[in-house]
Amino acid sequence: MEQKMRRVVIPSQCLGDAGPFKAGRGTFTEAGKIYSEHLGILNQEGDVLQVIPLKGRYNPIPGDFVIGIVLEAMQSSWLIDINAPYPAVLHVNEAPWEVEFGDTARYLNTGDSVLAKVLSVDESKKLQVTLNDRNLYKIKGGNILEVDPSIVPRIIGKKGSMIANIKKYSRCRIFVGQNGRIWIDGPVDGIDLVLLAINKIESEAISYGLTDRVEELLKQHAKDVR
Amino acid sequence: MTVIPLLKKEYVTKLGEEGKRVDGRAFDEFRQITIETNCVNKAEGSALVKIGNTQVIVGIKMDLGEPFPDTPDCGVLSTAAELIPLASPDFEAGPPQRDAIELARVVDRGVRESEVVDIHKLVITPGEKVWIVFIDIHILDYDGNLFDAASLGALAALLTTKMPILRMMESGALVKKDLEAWYNRTHIEEIREIYSHPDIDEIVAKKKKGTVKNIRLPMTEPPISCTAVKISNFVFFDPSLDEDELADARLTVATDANGDIRAMQKGLAGSFSKEEIQNVIQGALENGRKIREQLFTKIGK
Repeated sequence: MEQKMRRVVIPSQCLGDAGPFKAGRGTFTEAGKIYSEHLGILNQEGDVLQVIPLKGRYNPIPGDFVIGIVLEAMQSSWLIDINAPYPAVLHVNEAPWEVEFGDTARYLNTGDSVLAKVLSVDESKKLQVTLNDRNLYKIKGGNILEVDPSIVPRIIGKKGSMIANIKKYSRCRIFVGQNGRIWIDGPVDGIDLVLLAINKIESEAISYGLTDRVEELLKQHAKDVR
Repeated sequence: MTVIPLLKKEYVTKLGEEGKRVDGRAFDEFRQITIETNCVNKAEGSALVKIGNTQVIVGIKMDLGEPFPDTPDCGVLSTAAELIPLASPDFEAGPPQRDAIELARVVDRGVRESEVVDIHKLVITPGEKVWIVFIDIHILDYDGNLFDAASLGALAALLTTKMPILRMMESGALVKKDLEAWYNRTHIEEIREIYSHPDIDEIVAKKKKGTVKNIRLPMTEPPISCTAVKISNFVFFDPSLDEDELADARLTVATDANGDIRAMQKGLAGSFSKEEIQNVIQGALENGRKIREQLFTKIGK
């Protein structure tokens, strides 16, 4: 289904029947109907309806890849800020190192950044993250910037088209965390180009055909393409 | 309190080595400044100042009261700043914290020590009745460099302040005799015009505003304050939010139209070398000149 305009929905607005559609992020079902949880934009992928909030903090869901900043090293765990309402716990068992009790600060300390995966979220929104997965590590070098978590899907694009373009033209390594933190490493002018593209995405997040316009912008400013 | 990733500092340092800043400005370049005056109806004077995305609103309120016992022949200046949670996730509600107090003190010093408000002319009867000027600073949006935004806002608001003489007369706090005494001390012609106005009693009784001239606050040359921060050996003017948070040391210099230094405040634990301080003063003079021009154009001077 091709929409002409993105539909803005308000909390508790009915989005459709639970039969033909499935309830995705930012929605809830009641008496066979799907309702919106946020003020946001309705997004349909296949038969899944989801609402991307216009603004707000990151709402963690197990399996999300995020960029975290270490707040504190404790005896057998670290406290990590992942831009969620509460800090997340990273237990030493979930780290790839053999850490002795009380020796946590040698591996990660306040101000360090990590790529992590959300392991679990319990009923009271207590969070656990893990580093035990492929491509999860402590970040060295580069820069981290923060955007609103709600525009992360737009930065990645359909099947990663937007981010692939940005990577191609900027020659940077980019990792977009689901929590709205973006890590960029590469040449200085490449990073400038990424910032330019992300600014454009941020300001035009609700419109259609953004991928093409961003590609045009990147083409204009890029020096050479691989 | 947000923890700033160590990566950011490395990145800013790496850019600094190439002579660049995160947002592409030159080291001594300010973001765009906009000044808007008379934006609060109920205040005697007000200004909304934006530096980039930093927004500060300043209001001036005036009242009559007793002077401090040690300075019976001076008016009273009082500056207060509030960092409300609306402006930044790091600001907490409640009584003013360390940062808010420092901000108010730096603005206060800029105004007081430069003698931009002639507090001797705010005296009606020495030791008994003087004008009290309240400068209230509200931060609407924090994106770095509150000091310059707040100081500039305070100046713009003070320069457009109209003294509430008729209102004070309506409430009985100020009488004709006071005005006469005040005129004899200050020789401000407008004061005489008011108390010698033939219909002044009627104007006061019927609350006819706009029939007598407004009196501006007695002001002299305003000093413009410019702030620079030092991040691992690089000195950046007008720090953005990231630069403010990463700063090792901060220096605010207020200079006047003659190129004299009127106030200085150094903040944070780091240190500046002699050359760096001279560099900051030079930059403050140059930027101050531009900002002063903009301020004067705005208030129509």
